[in-house]
Amino acid sequence: MSDALLAVDGLTKRFGGFTALNDISVSVGQGERLGLIGPNGSGKSTFVNCISGTLPIDQGSVTLGGARIDGLAPHQRTRLGLARSFQLPRPFGSLTVAENLRVPMLYAGRGGTDTEAELLEMVGLGGKAQQRPGDLTQVEMRKLELARAMAASPRLLVADEAMAGLSNSEVDEILVLLLRLNEQGVTIVLIEHIMRAVMAFSQRLVCLVAGRKVADGDPQDVIRNDDVLKAYLGE
Amino acid sequence: MTQPLRLAHAAGHEKNKWGDYDRMPDPSAILNAVVAGVLLGGFYAAVALGIAIAFGMLDIPNLSHPAFVVMGAFATWVLNSTFGIDPIVAGLLMTGPFFILGVLLYRLYHTCFESRGEAPLQGLAFFFGILFITEVVLVLTAGADYRSVQADYIGVSLNLGSLTLPFRMLVPFVVSIAMLFALQQFLTRSFTGRAILAVSQDKLALQLMGVSPTRIKALAFGISIATAAVAGSLLIIIQPVEPSIGRDFIGRAFAAVVLGGMGSFWGMLIASIILGITESIVSDMWNPSWAPAIAFGFLLPTLAFRSGGLLGRKL
Amino acid sequence: MSNLRFWACGLLLVLTGWLLGRLVSNEYAFFAGYSVLQYILLATAWNILGGYAGYVNFGTAAFFALGAYVSVALNKMYALPLPVLIVAGGVASGLVGLLMGSLTLKLRGVFFSIATLALAIVSQAVITNWEYVGGASGAYVLRPRMGPLGGSYIEYLFYTMLVMAVAAVALARTIERSKVGYGLSAIRDDELAAEASGVPTLKLKLLATVASGTLMGMAGAPLPFYVAYLDPPSAFNLAYAVNTIAMPLVGGTGTWIGPVLGAILLTVVQETAMVTISSAANLLIVGLLMVGFITLAPNGIVGMVRSLREGRK
Repeated sequence: MSDALLAVDGLTKRFGGFTALNDISVSVGQGERLGLIGPNGSGKSTFVNCISGTLPIDQGSVTLGGARIDGLAPHQRTRLGLARSFQLPRPFGSLTVAENLRVPMLYAGRGGTDTEAELLEMVGLGGKAQQRPGDLTQVEMRKLELARAMAASPRLLVADEAMAGLSNSEVDEILVLLLRLNEQGVTIVLIEHIMRAVMAFSQRLVCLVAGRKVADGDPQDVIRNDDVLKAYLGE
Repeated sequence: MTQPLRLAHAAGHEKNKWGDYDRMPDPSAILNAVVAGVLLGGFYAAVALGIAIAFGMLDIPNLSHPAFVVMGAFATWVLNSTFGIDPIVAGLLMTGPFFILGVLLYRLYHTCFESRGEAPLQGLAFFFGILFITEVVLVLTAGADYRSVQADYIGVSLNLGSLTLPFRMLVPFVVSIAMLFALQQFLTRSFTGRAILAVSQDKLALQLMGVSPTRIKALAFGISIATAAVAGSLLIIIQPVEPSIGRDFIGRAFAAVVLGGMGSFWGMLIASIILGITESIVSDMWNPSWAPAIAFGFLLPTLAFRSGGLLGRKL
Repeated sequence: MSNLRFWACGLLLVLTGWLLGRLVSNEYAFFAGYSVLQYILLATAWNILGGYAGYVNFGTAAFFALGAYVSVALNKMYALPLPVLIVAGGVASGLVGLLMGSLTLKLRGVFFSIATLALAIVSQAVITNWEYVGGASGAYVLRPRMGPLGGSYIEYLFYTMLVMAVAAVALARTIERSKVGYGLSAIRDDELAAEASGVPTLKLKLLATVASGTLMGMAGAPLPFYVAYLDPPSAFNLAYAVNTIAMPLVGGTGTWIGPVLGAILLTVVQETAMVTISSAANLLIVGLLMVGFITLAPNGIVGMVRSLREGRK
C-alpha cells in the first residue's frame, strides 16, 4: 500500500529474552478505521508504545506519511501528527480540563483551528472546562483523554482501550465520538477488548496473538479465522 | 559534615601518602588498605540493606534511613553506657522498637502520599524533613558530642603476618554479612518473605492472591528500619558517633543500592565493598577528605550510562 | 494580578526598599533584610524546578556555595566588581546544572534528587581541597567600607539582593504563565502524558534546571562579602537546602507567590526563635513546619487560602 498513512514493517520488540512483538507488519490507509484485537498479553499495548515512541524498537521500521519516525522521541511523533490516548486515563491533575487541552495545543497544535471550547463541546465536556480532572466521572475522563489527543490535531489517532470498564451506553457514546472524529478525516487505530465495539467500528481488523500477527483483513473474516478462534476460545 | 570514617589500617601505615614515597607504595600497605576497604564495605552494606529494601524493592525513597542508623547508634550507646549491654546485643534488642517505628512511619507515608497517587515531590521532601528532624531531636536530647561504646573487642586486632584486622571492623563485617544472609533466606524461604518479593515485582498479582500490598509493604518497611538498629550498633563500634554523621551515608548507601541494581542484596554487597575499597585506598594513599565524594563518582556515571547497575537490572 | 500591576508593584518595592534604606541608619536592618531577600531568591529559584516541574533538588547548597566560591576566587585574582562576580557565579552554577541535568534527567525524578544530594557532598569535598580559595580553613574576604553608590557596602549588598530577588520572582512569574510553564506543569503531573502531548520533556527539564541553578549561583556570589569569612561547613550548610525546600512547600509550590510567602514567614519565625529559644530549636521548627505542611496541607499557604475562598463562595 503506497498511500498508507502509517506503515509498520517487520517490527520486533524484545524484553530481555522474551520476544513481545515478532516481525509485525501493518499498514493503515489514510482515513481508515482499523481495529486491533488480541487476548491479554498478546502485545497490543507494547505495539502502541512502540509506534508512539514510548518504547524503543529492536528491529523494523515505522513510517508516518512516508517519513521514518522510529528513533524519534514521543513528543516529536505527536508533533508530526501521531497522537495517542492512554489505556488508563492520565490527565494532568493540577490543571483544569481546559488547560489539559491547552498543553498539546501549545506544543503540537499543528495549525489546528479548533479551540479548547469547541473540542470540549464536541466530546461533550462543554460545561466542565474549569473543573479539575479529579472531579470527572470515569466516562468523562475517557472523553478528556480523547479530547487531549485530538487537541494535537493529529492525522492518526491511536486509541488504546478507550472504552474498558465503561457501561454499554457509555461505550456507545465513545463509539459515536470516534466515528465522528473519523468523519472529520482522522485515521484511527482502535485497540479494544469489547468485540461489539470493535466490530461496529472497524473497517479492517488485525489480530495479534503472542506477539505475532495472525490475521489481517475484513472483520467478518478475521473473527472466523482459525488462529483467532483458537486464541480466544482455546483449542 | 564530611567527617571521613576512620579507616581500619594498621597503626604503622598511618602516614602513607604519595608525597612520602620515593618508590612505589609498600605492597603490604596496599593489602592492608584493600582489606580495610572490604571490611568497611561490609559495614556499608548493613546501612544500604535497609535502603535496598525500602527503595529498591518497595520504591519508597527513604532518604532518612541513615538518620535511623544514627538513632540506632545512640540507642546502642544508651544501653551500653547505662546497663553495660554488649553493643551488638543492644542493636538486636532495638530491632523490635525500630520495626514498630518503621511500620508507623510507613502508615503515615502511605496515608499522606502513596494513597494520594503519585506524589514524588512531597514524598522525597517528607523523608528529607524526617532526616532533619531526627537529627535535631538527637542534638537536643543527647547533645552534639561524639559518643562511643565499650566492648572487649574494641581496640584489639587480629594479626595475620603483615595483615592487621582490628576487631572493631571485623565484628561489624561479620554481623553485617550474617544479617544480609538471614534476610535473604527470609525473603526467599518464608511465605511473608515471598510476598514481599512479589510486592516488589507485581502489586496486582498479590492482590489477586488475597494479600494486602499495603500490609506487606508496612511489614517490609518495618524490617528495613529494624536493620537500621543493627547497622547503628555496628557504626558506633567502628567509630564515635555524633547526630549529623548520618548524612555522610546517604550518598554511599544510595550509590550502593543503585550500583547494585536496585533491590538485589548481593549486587548491593558487591557495590558496597567496591566503594569501601576505593574509599580506603584513596584515604590511605591520597587524602581522606575526598572519601565522601567517591560514592558520587560511582553514582553519577552509573545513572548516566549504566542505569541497570553492575548486575544489569532495569531501574 | 495583572501584568501592569505586578510590574508596578515590583518597581515600587525596589524604590521603597531604597528609600527605606536611605532613612535607616541601623546596619542590622540591612543584614536582616539581605537574609530575607536571599531566601526569597533561593526559594524562587528552587521552585522553578521543584515546584513547577516536580523535580526535587537537594543540592541547593552546592549551587549556592559554588557561586560564592567562584566569587572568592575571581575576587582574589582580579578584584572584579560585584555584578561581574554575580554573572560569573550564575554561569558556573548554571553549567553545573546543565551537566547534572543532562546526566540524570532522563531517569525518574527520584534519581535526579539523589544525585543532587550527592552533588552537595562532592562539591564540598572539592572546595575543601581547593587551597586557592582557602580549602578547609576558609577564606577571609575584605569587605569594602563604602558601596559604589554611596552608603555602606552592606547597604549596597542589600540593594543588589533586592534587585535580584525581584527579578527572579518576575522571571518565575513569566515562566509560570508561558508555554514553558504549561509544559512544566504537564511534566510534574504526568511525564508520559506530557511527552505524548508533544511536550519536549527533557529539554524543558534541562531548561528549568539551568535556570534554577543559575539563580542559586547568583544568590551565592555576594555571600563572601556579606559574611566576610567563608569556610566550607558554613557555605555548604544543610540549613540552605532545608530552608529552600521548606519555604516553597510551606508557601505553596504552584505559584510564584508561594516561595515568597514561605521565605518571609520562615525567616521571621527563625529570627524570632533564634532570639527567644535556641538555634537548634529553630532548625527543628523549620523541619516540623515542612513535614507538617506536606502531610496536612500539600498546597501550602496559597492552597489553604484558595480553598478557604472557594469554600466561602
